[in-house]
Amino acid sequence: MSTTVATEPSPPPPTTDEPTRPQKPLMARLLARPELGAFAAAVAIFIFFFVVAEPFRTLPALSTVLYASSTIGIVAVGVSLLMIGGEFDLSAGVSVVTAALASAMISYEFSANMWVGAVTSLAIMLAIGFANGYLVVRTGVPSFLITLSMFFILQGLNLGVTRLVTGAVATPSVSDLDGFASAQAVFASEFALGGVTVRVTVLWWIFFVLLASWILLRTRVGNWIYASGGNAASARAVGVPVMKVKIGLFMGVAFLAWFYGQHLLFSFSTVQSGQGVGNEFLYIIAAVVGGALLTGGYGSAVGSAIGATIFGMTTQGIVYAGWDASWFFAFLGGMLLLAVLVNLYVRNYATQRK
Amino acid sequence: MTDTIAEHAATDLERGTTLIEMNGVGKSYGAITALEGVDLRVAAGEVACVLGDNGAGKSTLIKIISGLHPHTAGTLKVDGVETHFRSPRESLDRGIATVYQDLAVVPLMEVWRNFFLGSELRKGTYPLAPLDIAGMRKIADAELKKMGITVKDINQPIGTLSGGQRQCVAIARAVHFGARVLILDEPTAALGVKQSGVVLKYTAAARDAGLGVVFITHNPHHAYMVGDHFIILKLGRRVLDKQRSEVTLDELTAEMAGGQELAELSHELKR
Repeated sequence: MSTTVATEPSPPPPTTDEPTRPQKPLMARLLARPELGAFAAAVAIFIFFFVVAEPFRTLPALSTVLYASSTIGIVAVGVSLLMIGGEFDLSAGVSVVTAALASAMISYEFSANMWVGAVTSLAIMLAIGFANGYLVVRTGVPSFLITLSMFFILQGLNLGVTRLVTGAVATPSVSDLDGFASAQAVFASEFALGGVTVRVTVLWWIFFVLLASWILLRTRVGNWIYASGGNAASARAVGVPVMKVKIGLFMGVAFLAWFYGQHLLFSFSTVQSGQGVGNEFLYIIAAVVGGALLTGGYGSAVGSAIGATIFGMTTQGIVYAGWDASWFFAFLGGMLLLAVLVNLYVRNYATQRK
Repeated sequence: MTDTIAEHAATDLERGTTLIEMNGVGKSYGAITALEGVDLRVAAGEVACVLGDNGAGKSTLIKIISGLHPHTAGTLKVDGVETHFRSPRESLDRGIATVYQDLAVVPLMEVWRNFFLGSELRKGTYPLAPLDIAGMRKIADAELKKMGITVKDINQPIGTLSGGQRQCVAIARAVHFGARVLILDEPTAALGVKQSGVVLKYTAAARDAGLGVVFITHNPHHAYMVGDHFIILKLGRRVLDKQRSEVTLDELTAEMAGGQELAELSHELKR
């Protein structure tokens, strides 16, 4: 080991340059990246479906895969940041539907502009995220339990309030309301690019991934997110506002759930109140497959995007290959198990003394 | 090594001025009283040693000064102003830095990120302003070198460093950010003889630079080497409070080992 603890100030090195610090081998640096395992898996799955499913090889298929990935990926970005911060959100799946229902019903019942509903829905969602975060940091009860409670509360409210207001299990179509067209342009439009249809959610997804990566790696808040998940007590001791960071992360998930909820509403113009159950696990799987540690303090936004892409390729690939879609869940489970094992290995490797 | 401390010390420090003054400070967690009626004065250019056995309340005492837990009784004055710290941030902002016993580092984060954690340098003050990563790497590296440790790679996770190196990073960080008061919680407990020597020299250097130092230990030998003022805590109460001139190492050791109780015990066991 070249490192020593000297009792005297060490004499200046003979040359003015840095003491020789051999650059770590490329392999070692790559292995330290949280996304590596997921990236390898994504390439393998792409090649696999490319070989077995002929329709998978076309550009429209790629467009469909990307769209499917973005529907998971948008919320998964927030969930992965939350997991890096050391917490969980099981209510993310149903809260997407809560956001869509709130938006639709508020605008419809008050015959208001769609944007009024959307903005009110955003406020409701941020309040839900705040409630999740506040309860977790204040009570110290694991976020698993708090957000599980929130999950059932929201599921019940989704069904109950929808029935109360509309007398049915779905909202009436909002496509005639003012502002629908402009909201649709923002949340659910599509355009042709070189003969391929690009869904706007894909662009939003890429934007959110880039923004989250910037926050994580280049800003103070990102530092605090890693620290809050890696060792909350230490982070607090050196002056990191851990509670605010965690509440903010829950609100970030809520914001992205709202965003995806608006997409659902404006692409179908009606929302089924029973939807969304189970999706929270898809977001968590995307984050974990992408290298986020369940215990916090490690992971990346790009990783969650790779995880979501694996999801998108698989759901669509199974269809293109002409197989029974029932196999999908078995595959998903296997993938998650594999990801957890790879993560364990990577983490041990990263913390090894060198 | 001493120059790095002097460099970061606040310029208005005048030897002998009271920086921290605690009067009858107590702390209870619900029905449990961890600390009761403790007086402590930390002056610039002096080392106040707090000694005590496990569970004596040493950690509670420093948690109050460093802002981790607010006190529930008595008064705490910082620079003459009565204060009630609600978070470590407030304490840090007053120039009080702590080297915690568990070092308060995040193992999976890089050395430089740990060094600046909670006090990051930024290239602006707007909400998502980018971090000054190059600057932080350079400063962290330079500060560690001044302490005589060269880490292989300032970008490696701090969990990959040895215990002694991590301790040095924690001390270097506190020295860098603690302009007025430095609190060391059991800094020598996990170290070998040589590394303990480094820490003690640092403690003396901080004192000479005019900082107020609170040195927490259960080793009277280490305490006596650097201390100006000694306080022994037992079960949350102060049982000894003496200036260096009023006490010998033997007395300190005897008191730490149990004092009167020990004498009685040895009388009982006399063969």
